[in-house]
Amino acid sequence: MMDFSGAVALALPEIILAVGALILLMVGAFGGDKSTGLVSVGSGGVLIAGAVAAAYGPLGSTFNGGFVADNAAAFAKVFIYGFSAVGVLLGDRWLKRMAASKFEFPVLIVIAALGMGMMASAGDLISLYIGVELQSLALYVLCAFRRDDAKASEAGLKYFVLGALSSGLLLYGASLIYGFAGSTKFVDIAAAVQAGAGQGAIFGVVFLICGLAFKVSAAPFHMWTPDVYEGAPTPVVAFVAAAPKMAAMVLFARALLQGFPGAVGQWQQVLVVVAALSMGWGALAGLRQRNLKRLLAYSSVTNIGYALLGIAAGTDQGVTAMLVFMVLYMIDTTGLFACLLALNRDGKPMETLADFAGLAKEKPGLALCITGLSFSVMGIPPFAGFWAKFYVFKAAIAAGLWPIAVFGLVASVVAAFYYLRIIKTMWFDPSPGRTDASPLDARGVAVAAALFSCGLVVLALNPLDTVAKLAAAAFHLS
Amino acid sequence: MTGILSLTTFAPIIGVLAILFLKLASKPGDRKKVDAASKWIALVTTLATLAISIVMVAKFNPAEPGFQFVESAPWFAGLTYSMGIDGISVLLILLTTFLMPLCIVASWRSIEDRLPEYLIAFLLLETLMIGVFCAMDLILFYAFFECGLIPMFLIIGIWGGKNRVYAAYKFFLYTLLGSVLMLAAILTMANIAGTTSIPALMQFKFAPQLQIFLWLAFFASFAVKMPMWPVHTWLPDAHVEAPTAGSVILAGVLLKMGGYGFLRFSLPMFPDASHYFAPLVFAMSAIAVFYTSLVAFRQTDIKKLIAYSSVAHMGFVTMGIFSGNAAGIQGAIFQMVSHGLISGALFLCVGVIYDRMHTREIAFYGGLVNRMPWYAATFLLFTMGNVGLPGTSGFVGEILTMTGVYGASTWTAFVSATGVILSAVYALSLYRRVVFGTLDNPKLATIADLEPREVIIFAPLIVGTLALGVYPDAVFHYTTASVDHLIEAWRAASPVSVGG
Repeated sequence: MMDFSGAVALALPEIILAVGALILLMVGAFGGDKSTGLVSVGSGGVLIAGAVAAAYGPLGSTFNGGFVADNAAAFAKVFIYGFSAVGVLLGDRWLKRMAASKFEFPVLIVIAALGMGMMASAGDLISLYIGVELQSLALYVLCAFRRDDAKASEAGLKYFVLGALSSGLLLYGASLIYGFAGSTKFVDIAAAVQAGAGQGAIFGVVFLICGLAFKVSAAPFHMWTPDVYEGAPTPVVAFVAAAPKMAAMVLFARALLQGFPGAVGQWQQVLVVVAALSMGWGALAGLRQRNLKRLLAYSSVTNIGYALLGIAAGTDQGVTAMLVFMVLYMIDTTGLFACLLALNRDGKPMETLADFAGLAKEKPGLALCITGLSFSVMGIPPFAGFWAKFYVFKAAIAAGLWPIAVFGLVASVVAAFYYLRIIKTMWFDPSPGRTDASPLDARGVAVAAALFSCGLVVLALNPLDTVAKLAAAAFHLS
Repeated sequence: MTGILSLTTFAPIIGVLAILFLKLASKPGDRKKVDAASKWIALVTTLATLAISIVMVAKFNPAEPGFQFVESAPWFAGLTYSMGIDGISVLLILLTTFLMPLCIVASWRSIEDRLPEYLIAFLLLETLMIGVFCAMDLILFYAFFECGLIPMFLIIGIWGGKNRVYAAYKFFLYTLLGSVLMLAAILTMANIAGTTSIPALMQFKFAPQLQIFLWLAFFASFAVKMPMWPVHTWLPDAHVEAPTAGSVILAGVLLKMGGYGFLRFSLPMFPDASHYFAPLVFAMSAIAVFYTSLVAFRQTDIKKLIAYSSVAHMGFVTMGIFSGNAAGIQGAIFQMVSHGLISGALFLCVGVIYDRMHTREIAFYGGLVNRMPWYAATFLLFTMGNVGLPGTSGFVGEILTMTGVYGASTWTAFVSATGVILSAVYALSLYRRVVFGTLDNPKLATIADLEPREVIIFAPLIVGTLALGVYPDAVFHYTTASVDHLIEAWRAASPVSVGG
C-alpha cells in the first residue's frame, strides 16, 4: 500500500488539472467574460504543466489499483494534454473572432482533458466509467457551446442522447463483468477469467466493447459522428476528433489486454468485425459526402478501424502500432480541421466541397497544407499517414489477420478517392471568389501539422517508435 | 564513391527549393520573370543531375554483379535507408536523368499556367524515379514508388487536356490498388524474413506456397504499372490527357518501373512462383502484343495510338523477363531503354504538331512533309524505330527478346513475331496519314518546321536511338554480369516444386 504522498505524486498530472480547472473557474466567475484571455492562458499553462508532470512523473499504481500511472498512461497523457492545449488555443481565438468569448470554454477543455487522463490511467471499471463520463459530459457542452445556433444545439443533444445510451451499455457490461468476476480491478478480472469466470464475463466484455466503440466512433456505433462533426463549431471538432480518441483507444487496449488477456480469441473476433465495418463503411459512406466536416467524420471512422486492427492483433507489436497510429492520426486530423478553421468566405466558414474550388490559386499555402495532409491520411508514403498504416498492417499481418489487413488496404484505396476529390477541387477547378484572410492561429497549426506530416515525420519515427514500444510493454502486467 | 546515389537522387530537390524560394521571395507582379528564371533553374538542375549520373555510370564497375556504391544508415524499427545499384538499375537511372532535361526544354513554351509549380512537380518526380531504381530497402522502394503517384497525378490533373480529371483519377486509383496489395506482401515478407533489405531478401527462401501469394501481390502492382493487358486501360487515358513532357516521362520511365520490379523482386525473390506463373505471363504478353497492336491500328487520336503501341512493346519486355534466359532478359532490359528513347521521342513528335495546331486528331493532319521536311524525317526515324527497323535500337530489343522467348515458349514467340508485323501496320499507316498525302487542310498551310529548340530536343534522342541500334553492346556491357547472376538464382529454383 502506498502512502499518501506517493499517491499524490502518481496522480500529480490529474491533480494539477483538477485544481487548475477549479481555480480558473473561480477566476472566471469573479472576473467575468473579460477574463477569458487570462483563463485561456491559464488553461494552456495547466495543460502543459500536466503533460510535463505526466512525462517525468513516477511510475506505479495507487488508490487500490484503480489508478495506474505507467508508461502507456504517460505516453497517452503527453499527447492528450498537448493536443488539448492546441484546442484551447484554437477555441479561444475563434471565440474572440466570433465576439462570443466565454471563460467556460477553456475550462471545459481542461475538465475534458482531465477525464481523458483518467481514462488513460484507469485500472478498474469504476475509474474507467468516471473518466469516460467526465470527458463525455464536458464534450457535450463544448459541442453545443453556441447555444443560439440550431445545428450546434442539435449536435450537442444528439451526442448527449446517444452518448448516454453508450454509457448505459458500458455500465451494463461493467456490472456483468463485476458480477461474474467478483472484482472491478482489471488485474483481478484477468485472474478470474483465467480461472474460468465463464461466459458471463465474456458477455460483459462485448457490452464494454460496444460502449467504447461508440466513444471512438467505430462502425456500427458511428452514427453520431457525422452529425456532431458537422454541427459542432470547427475548433471544438478539431479537439473532439483527436484527443478523446487517443484516450478511448488507450482505455480500450488497457481494458482488453489487462482485463481479458486470457480471452484474446473471444474479443478479437468482435474487434475484427468492428474494425472491418469501420474501414469499409467509413470508406464507402465518405464517397457521398459533400460537406468536408462530414467527410472528415467518415474518414475518422475509417481510421479508427485501422487503429482497432492494432488492438485486435492482441500483441505488443499491435499495441505499439495502435499508439503510433493514433499519434500520427491526431496530428493529421488536427491539421485538417485547423485548415478548415482558417478558411472563410464572406465571414462564413467554408465547409462544402464546392467552396474549395480553385483554392490553390486563392490560398496556395493552405491548399498545399490540405493537399499534403490529405495525401498523408490517404496513406501515401513518405507522409505520416503511411507510416501509421504501415505499423498497423504489419502488426495485423504478423498476428495472422492478413485477410482483414488486405481488406483494410483495399478500403484505403476507396477512401483515397474522396481525399483525391478534395485535392482535385482545390487544384483543378476554377475559383468562385475571394476568401477572407486566414487567422494566424489556425494557419499556424495547419502549417505545423503539414510540415510534420509531410517531412519531419521521417525523423520523428525513430524516437516515436522507441517510446511507443515502452508504452505498449506497460500493458503486460505480470 | 559512396554518397553519389543519394546525391543523384536528391540533386533535383535543390532545384525545387530554389524555385520555391524564388516564388516566395517574388512580388505578385513579377510572374513573367519568375517563370523565366524557374525554367532556367529547372534546366540547370536536371543537367547537373545528368552530369552526376554520367560520373556515376563512368565509375560503375560492369564486371561486378552485385550492388555498388552501397550506402546504408539505420532508420527506425529495423528499417534502413540503404541505396545501391547494379547492372539492371544503372542504365534506367541514366535514362531518367537523360530524358528529364529534354522534358524541361519541351515544356519551355507549351506550359503557361502555374509554371513554377509544374517544374517543381517534375523535379520531385525525377527524385522519386531515381530513388525507385536506387533503393535497396523494400520499404524505401515502396515509398519512392508510391510517392511518384502524387506529382504525376498533379501533372495530369492540372496541366492536362479536356478530360484530365477522369484520367488523373484513373491513373491514381488503378496504380494505388495494385500497390496496396504489394504493400500487404511487403509487410508479410518483413514479418517472415525479419528484414526489409533487398539483398538479404534475395537470399531468403520463402516457402513455395507463400511465394505464390507474394508473387501475385507484386504482380498486381507491376502489371498495372507496366501496364500489361488487361489492366492497361488507364494508360491511354493518362497519355492522351497528360501534357507532352508528362507523356514522355510516363512512357519513358514510369512504365519501366514495372519491368524493373519484375527483375528486382519477382524473379530473384520468388523464383518458384515465377516458374509457375511464367506461362500466364507469356499468355498475357502475347495477347498484349497482338491485341493492343490491333487496337492501336483503330485509333483516331495520335497519342492514343502511340500509347497502345507502348502497351504492345511492354509486352515484349514482360515476356522477355519471364523467359528466364540471358537473351530474353538482356533483350527486355534493352527494350526498356530503347522504348524509353523511342516512345519518348514519338510523344515529343506529337507535341510538336500539337503545340502548333492544338489537336491530335489524325484526320486533321496530312501532307505535313510539304511544309515540314525536317519534322517528317525525324518522325520517320522514330516510327521506324518503333517498328523495329534494323539499325535502330528498337530492332535489337525485339529480336533479342524473341530469341530468348523462343527458347522458353515457341508459340509465344510466334504470336509476338506476328505482333511485330502489326506494329509496322499501325505505325506506318499513322505516318502515312499524318505526314504524306496532299496538304488539304487550309489550317495547315502556314505550319512551320522544327525550330532550333525542338532540334535540340530531338538531336540527343536521334543519336541515342541510332547509336544503340548500331552498337547495342553499350547496354550489354553494363547488364551482362548482373543478368547472369540473376539467371543463376533462377536456374537454382526447381520448376516442379510448386503446384504439383
